[in-house]
This record gives sequence, structure tokens and C-alpha cells, in this order.
Amino acid sequence: MTTQTMNRTLLDFTDVAMTFPDGTVALSGVNLTVKAGEFVTVVGPSGCGKSTLLRIASGLEKASHGVAELSTDRIGYVFQDATLLPWRTVESNVELLAELHGTGKSERRDKAKEAIDLVGLGGFEKHLPKALSGGMKMRTSLARSLTLDPEIFLFDEPFGALDEITRERLNDELIRLFIEKQFAGLFITHSVSEAVYLSTKVIVMSGRPGKIVDTFDVPFPMPRDPDIRFTGEFAELVGEVSHALREGHS
Amino acid sequence: MTDSLTETVAAPVTAPTVPTAAPPTLSIARRGRNRVQTYGPPLLVLGGILAVWYIVSALLGRRNFLLPFPHKIFTEGFFNLGVLTDIGEGLYRTGFVALVGLAIAMIIGIVWAIAMSQARWIERSLFPYAVILQCIPILALVPLIGFWFGYAFFPRVVVCVMIALFPMVSNTLFGLQSVDRAQRELFKLQGASRWTVLTKLEFPTALPAIFAGMRISAGLAIVGAIVGDFFFRRGQPGIGALISNYQSRVQGPELFASIISASLLGVVIFAIFGWLGKRAVGKWYDFGER
Repeated sequence: MTTQTMNRTLLDFTDVAMTFPDGTVALSGVNLTVKAGEFVTVVGPSGCGKSTLLRIASGLEKASHGVAELSTDRIGYVFQDATLLPWRTVESNVELLAELHGTGKSERRDKAKEAIDLVGLGGFEKHLPKALSGGMKMRTSLARSLTLDPEIFLFDEPFGALDEITRERLNDELIRLFIEKQFAGLFITHSVSEAVYLSTKVIVMSGRPGKIVDTFDVPFPMPRDPDIRFTGEFAELVGEVSHALREGHS
Repeated sequence: MTDSLTETVAAPVTAPTVPTAAPPTLSIARRGRNRVQTYGPPLLVLGGILAVWYIVSALLGRRNFLLPFPHKIFTEGFFNLGVLTDIGEGLYRTGFVALVGLAIAMIIGIVWAIAMSQARWIERSLFPYAVILQCIPILALVPLIGFWFGYAFFPRVVVCVMIALFPMVSNTLFGLQSVDRAQRELFKLQGASRWTVLTKLEFPTALPAIFAGMRISAGLAIVGAIVGDFFFRRGQPGIGALISNYQSRVQGPELFASIISASLLGVVIFAIFGWLGKRAVGKWYDFGER
């Protein structure tokens, strides 16, 4: 990756605010950028507008104030649920997005195969979602977005419903994909340690209305060593982020 | 029958009298009890009904053409070749009318529901009429249907369609609208067209509900066809006309045989559509049945 592409801004929020028709103020004065090579995580209490932020970034929702600019149309979006179509096999679910873009059959089959291998689901191509565990469903969902070759990936608390062990394993997989496929990430979570472990930058939001209260750069090298979780520096950063979170909340 | 009943019922009664029994004996007893719990009660009820039936039939004496002995339904009804042929033919004709009516109700119902799912204003304009259709006592309309369309095949089909339409409309609409919001957004993010969303997301999601509706409608279509037989006697009326004939000729056993056959037709059609639904979507959708 050259330094030029490294610095390219993919997502740019300028003074973004969101007031819903019923008067609820979900976001106010949000400034935020995600550059190529960055993995930015947003932590905040539930109901602080984290998801709204992501929905605005993806274009699903329009900000009521300010500018949210996305400088690529290759976006991956991973929902809270795996949102797989239950009547389609893993393979056919992974092919879906390419299919919606009108990609030819053989090309999308190749793409799906590559993505399935990348998330470690080789051998499960013909399985239906109901035969998969929660973690495997999420992998399928990831693979589905990978077929779009996204420049930026938006994650809406994708691992929130998974158990600790599965979540940690998927975190490592995500980091591996981040390095291998070189996408930028904007990741929403309410787990501080997940945020610190995954990202190059952690953004802390306060609740109601959602505002950015603090930003932390994460200095640890990529790929992350799983044991970093048990080091003093890691604990210290987690502590600082948690502290900011608590102050923003009160 | 009574013998086997007392035998199976006796098993669970004796089993608990061995309190210190070893585990394997217990589990065998339990398995036996499960089977008895499943089949015992309905068989007991059937035995009870038959017993009362025989008693009433005997008490009626000479007037027992009103309620013939159960075995006479077989000896004079089902085992009589002439009667059996008439019943078979009647079932075929009624079944045919019902299936044609059902097919039309399915097409109209699904198209109607899809139209309503496309826009709120269409739903608001059309759904009240689906409800009204459901509320009209179809029997009240039957004379009018004959008045308009004559008294042969077509009006019989019309009755079936009217009676079978509502479950198709409401179930399909419910199915189309039960798409998960995130799945909808997944399609929206890719800029999918309305047609794509309908064919690749909404319609497949709705299939289990559509099949459930089809099963209800199939049963209703049979009811409609038999009602049609009662009122529209031209052309080739089916089992309904036969039932009516046997009743007017005071042929008790034949009457009962034809009524039982009509009921079986309903059960069979219901089962076939249940099976079809399972074949079609059972792989990925759990109907929640045993």
C-alpha cells in the first residue's frame, strides 16, 4: 500500500446532526473521518446514535444537518444480524450481492468461492443457514460483503450476539482480512476491549444526543497479538476509554 | 377393538405398581405409556362414540334409517358397487370444481396481495374489500350467483373462489410484509429494484405463509364446491348433489357413506397441501408441527 492511498479519505462527516421527525436528537455536531488503512471503532452507550451514524454513512439514512461524504461506492455493510436468506445455501447467500449487481454467473461463483475460503467456510457451501452456528452465519455475512471488494467496511455491532470465544476468534479473523484485503473499517460496538483490540482509532460517544467526546489512537502494531489483551498497556488504554465513556455518559 | 383397547390401557396402570423396578423396565413402561398417551384417548373416544351410536341405533328400532348401524354404512354403502361408483364420481366432480376454484383463488389472491404490498395507498384502498368479502355470508350470495351465471359448472367454481379467496389474500400479504427490516436494507444498499426485491426477497419470504393460506383455502374450496352442488344442479353436480339425493330418498347408510367420503376428501386435500408446503419450503422453514 502506497502512502498516497494510505491517506485517502474515504468517509468524511462534517458537523453531522440527526433529528428524527418525532423530535428525538440522535446525533449532534459529529465530525469524523475514516481514511484508507484505518480501522475506526465507535463505542458508546446503547441508544447514543451509533447505529444512526453508520446508517448515515452508508446512505440508508440522510443526515438532517451537515455533510456526510463517502468517496467510494464499494461499501461493505455488516448488520447486527447475519441477515442471510434462509432459503439460500451459504454459497448462494454469498453470491447474492454480486447477483444484485448483475455480475455474470461464473464470475460471481468465483468471487463467492474466494470469499468463502477467506472466511474459513470451505466445505459448508451447500449448507443452509439454519444448519450454521451464530459465528458461521456471521462469517457467511462477512463473505457476502467481501465479494464486493469493498474499500470501506461498515460494521453495526456484528458480533454483539455471539459468545466471548467466538467473538474473539472472529476479531482475529477480521484483523487478518483487514490486513489482507486492505479495506478501511468503521466498526460500531459497545465492548471497549473489542474496540481497542480491533482498531487503529477509537471514538467515544456520549448518549443523547450522540456526540463525540474523545478520540484515542491505538498504538499497537497490526496484526494484533491475541495476548496483547493481557498486557499493561492494553489494560491502561481500555481503562482510559472506559473512563471517557463513563464521563460522557454522566 | 374393545379388547385391544383394554390391553393397551391396562399397561400403564400396572407399570407404576412396581416401585423398585430397574431403570430399563421403567423406560420400556414409559415408552408404552407414551404410545398409549398418543393413541389411547382418541381411540377411547371413537370407541365411546361407536358404542353410543349402536345403542341409539338399536333404540330407534324401525326408525333407525335415521341413524343406521355403523357396519351397515359399509355393507350397504361402501361395499355396494353402484353406490361406490356414484360416490367416486361425485368426489371426482366436486374435487375438480374445488381445485379449479382454488387455483383461481390462489392466482387472484396472490396478485391482490402483491398489489397491496407495493404501496400503502393500494393496501388502504383494497384491504377493506378483502375483509368485506370475508364477512359476506357466501350462502346469501349463492342465489345471486346462480341468477347471474346459470346453474352449472361456472357458478360452482365462483362459489369456491369467493369462499377460498380471503385466506390467500391475507396470508400472502402477511408473508410479504414479514420481511426483516435489515434484509430489506441489504437489498436497498445495493440499489435493488422493486421487482428484484419482490422476486428475490419478499416472495420467497412469503412462501411459508402462502402455503399455509393455500391449505386453509383448499379446505374451504371443498366446502364451496359442495355448497355449489346443493344449489346448482345443472351440468354434472358432485358429491353434494348425491348427499342431497340420498337424503331425500331416505337412504340412510348411503347418505352416511357419502358424507364420510366428502369429509375424507376434505382431509385428503388438506393433507396434500400441507405436504406440498413441506416439500416446497420445509427444508428451510420450520412449520412447527410434529
